[in-house]
Amino acid sequence: MLIIGEKLSIIAKRVREAMLKKDKGPIQEIATRQWKEGSGIIDANIGPAEDGGEDLMQWMVTTIQEVVPLPVCLDTTNAKAIEAGLKVHNNQWGRALINSTSNDPERFPILELGAKYNAQVIGLTVGKGGLPADAGERAAIAADIMARAMEYGVPLEDLYLDPLVLQIATSQDHARKVIEAVKMFQEMNDPPMKTVVGLSNISNGCPKHIRPILNKYYFLMLMNAGLTSAIADAHEMADAMNEKKLFDDVLAGKTVDDAAKMTEIKKTIDVIMGNTLYAHSYLEM
Amino acid sequence: MAFTPTKETYSGKVYSVAIGTGDGPVTFGGENVLPFHSFEGATPNKPVIAFEIQDVPPADWPENVRKPFESVSGDPVTWAKYCQDELKAAAIALRLVGTHPDRENRSPEDAAKTVKDVLAAIKVPLIILGSNHAEKDSPVLVAASGAAKGGNCVIGKAQEANYKTIAAAAMANNHKLIAMSELDINLSKQLNILITQMGFEKERLITDPMCSALGYGLEYTYSVMERIRLAALTQNDTTMQPPMLGDIGMYVWKVKETQAPESDLPHWGSLEERGIAWEAVTAIGLLVAGAELLIMRHPKAVAEVQKTIEELI
Repeated sequence: MLIIGEKLSIIAKRVREAMLKKDKGPIQEIATRQWKEGSGIIDANIGPAEDGGEDLMQWMVTTIQEVVPLPVCLDTTNAKAIEAGLKVHNNQWGRALINSTSNDPERFPILELGAKYNAQVIGLTVGKGGLPADAGERAAIAADIMARAMEYGVPLEDLYLDPLVLQIATSQDHARKVIEAVKMFQEMNDPPMKTVVGLSNISNGCPKHIRPILNKYYFLMLMNAGLTSAIADAHEMADAMNEKKLFDDVLAGKTVDDAAKMTEIKKTIDVIMGNTLYAHSYLEM
Repeated sequence: MAFTPTKETYSGKVYSVAIGTGDGPVTFGGENVLPFHSFEGATPNKPVIAFEIQDVPPADWPENVRKPFESVSGDPVTWAKYCQDELKAAAIALRLVGTHPDRENRSPEDAAKTVKDVLAAIKVPLIILGSNHAEKDSPVLVAASGAAKGGNCVIGKAQEANYKTIAAAAMANNHKLIAMSELDINLSKQLNILITQMGFEKERLITDPMCSALGYGLEYTYSVMERIRLAALTQNDTTMQPPMLGDIGMYVWKVKETQAPESDLPHWGSLEERGIAWEAVTAIGLLVAGAELLIMRHPKAVAEVQKTIEELI
């Protein structure tokens, strides 16, 4: 399982301020921590970055790779910023990952960049027409993206399919559909297609104390479905791995010693699978 | 070969809620099947329609729905009695709209007096609604709950911002309570959980997922109601098993289709007929989605919906 450390995002206030002031300290501190906690790639999410995106991405890539011997996931909708980042990316630590292309023609140039710079590419299974309704639609879009990747010269083993995780608080039925999509994606090629999710979006909008619980158990369910990688908090995922045996025992219907933990896992599986309706207090019911 | 209809069985059941006292209590809910699926199980009670009246004259209602109440709507007691005696209302919904700070800004004490007077004058159950001003509704509904003590009324509406005080007052005075959230099934469940965590019994709740009029988002209300009912019946989700309210009148009688005159839009046909049909169709739509309690305005629309209920159950 490849963890793409997610903490360097412009959405986080501390990171945004460091980006604005070009203050390397916080960026390097967070990147180092994500590396030590088990990340294999560091995500650098600079948002749409319409102004100064090229400089910012280059600064992020070099700042991270100054202290961390890992590749960077270039996360922005700005293709020019991605190209700028790829130019300075140190491939000695591994190949860069681009986040992302999709089935929207505006995002096809990303594939050109992937081919030109020998980078790996995330293919988000959305089109121009809005969100996919189910796993089948996600797979259909994935097939289009795969065909497009080959056309642009990106090998399928360099493509990571992303089924788009939605918030459980508002789109509960998609939690299960994403798990199904991860299974379907793997069957679309031999060797199986690689998969990736933006994990923590599952708990976006949920109360703070239940976010890690949803993130961890959703991660383990996706892992059981064959997920290759996740953009996630490495620390949280290390916790999840520690609980994997317990989780699998509960899933298999075994009784485990820690009754409170067992209830928490069962209730979380039930909301993820849509067996019970999600509410912020679902663990208290 | 004889035709055998396919039958679904459900694991859950909607709570039946009885409101009112003495010889006039009314019960709704209680079914263990989807709306109008009486052939699959038990539908012990029919949906109930309450006539909406208010504490101040309905100057803001369109003429066609004001007209039937012209001679009585100057005084809430006369209005309530007229609905009960002449229109044979099953229940009365008194909206204390005059307490809204942007309206007459009536005090909680004034509101309590109106509630007391109306309750004393009628035998049918009373539903007491605030002005939908989250802050002002707290003191108004607390006072109204106290004034109606012993009446087994319905108090509404408790929302995320004010549920604590209103639920506490309804609990202390032994009333039923409407819990309203804004067109979001997960928040609707959450509010029911929060209210029951205060010690309020879920069997005394009525869920209002927020209404909307035909052509103005009815499909959203429909979808949320449908999913609430499915969670109640197929997943046996006890937090989603209270009956549901469709607060029809106030949404229908402010849309263009119930107000635009025939002279402007001749191809839309008679304004009066159009308004009545709009209210009736919105109401029937929500009955099909799962509503068990309706609050409506026009007597002819109520009669149409009542007729449909009698035909289908």
